[in-house]
Amino acid sequence: MWIYEKKLEYPVRVHKTDPRMAKFLTAQYGGPDSELSAAVRYLTQRYTMPTNKAKALLTDIGTEELAHWEIIATMIYQLLKDMTAEQMRREGLGDHFAEHDRAVYPADAAGVPWTAAYIQATGDPVTDLHEDMAAEQKARTTYEHLIRLTDDPGIKDTLRFLREREVVHFQRFGEALDDIQEEMTGKKIF
Amino acid sequence: MDPKQAQLLREIQQLEFVAVELTLFLDTHPGEQEPLNDYNLVTNHLNQLKAHYEKMYGPLAVYGFSPMEYPWRWTDGPWPWETTHY
Repeated sequence: MWIYEKKLEYPVRVHKTDPRMAKFLTAQYGGPDSELSAAVRYLTQRYTMPTNKAKALLTDIGTEELAHWEIIATMIYQLLKDMTAEQMRREGLGDHFAEHDRAVYPADAAGVPWTAAYIQATGDPVTDLHEDMAAEQKARTTYEHLIRLTDDPGIKDTLRFLREREVVHFQRFGEALDDIQEEMTGKKIF
Repeated sequence: MDPKQAQLLREIQQLEFVAVELTLFLDTHPGEQEPLNDYNLVTNHLNQLKAHYEKMYGPLAVYGFSPMEYPWRWTDGPWPWETTHY
């Protein structure tokens, strides 16, 4: 069961009209290292985790990723909502308008639709947690690229918050991995 | 959004962020007492602010999260993606 809260995890402030930035931001809405990939990856891998700590952590980080997915959608929605077809065409979003008007759609920055092929669930907790740590680093890098693609201080601020969360998640996944490896090798000291 | 509502929501976001961060930390450090004390402190404060917010501005969640007054206000806007003050 999930409960939806009618608020964002972190505020979104879009100051400028910049439809191209909306297109770039879809990297984190429906790209390989997007918040969607993160949420589906963790909420899928949790079922076969061997420790209760790892089950809890994947559930809770997976849930936070859904909140991040909503933050990205909010930025894209606000950047596009007042655009005309002509403006979108001029700014290089004619292809987006043709298929989606001003809707938010889970594709990457080049328009390639999201696919489950972006994620894995191997049933091997060591392998899955390594994938998760790599995913957090890839998402951090993507946020760094996105921060360099805008000069809007509001968008930069929200992206910096999201970037920092990737760093924290990486740290927590590393701890969960250490814990599982200690249990597997019988070196757990209580 | 009314500035008072925006301010209260900002405080709720700040406290809930602390709760999220402590949740993840406690998931990998379940035996630690001090972050658990912080978690309880922030949770009590957060619940007070949420109850106040819901009384003033309508529900933050449904599915039985908290009792509702007439009329049903869940369907009122703005939704989180519709305002830049969230």
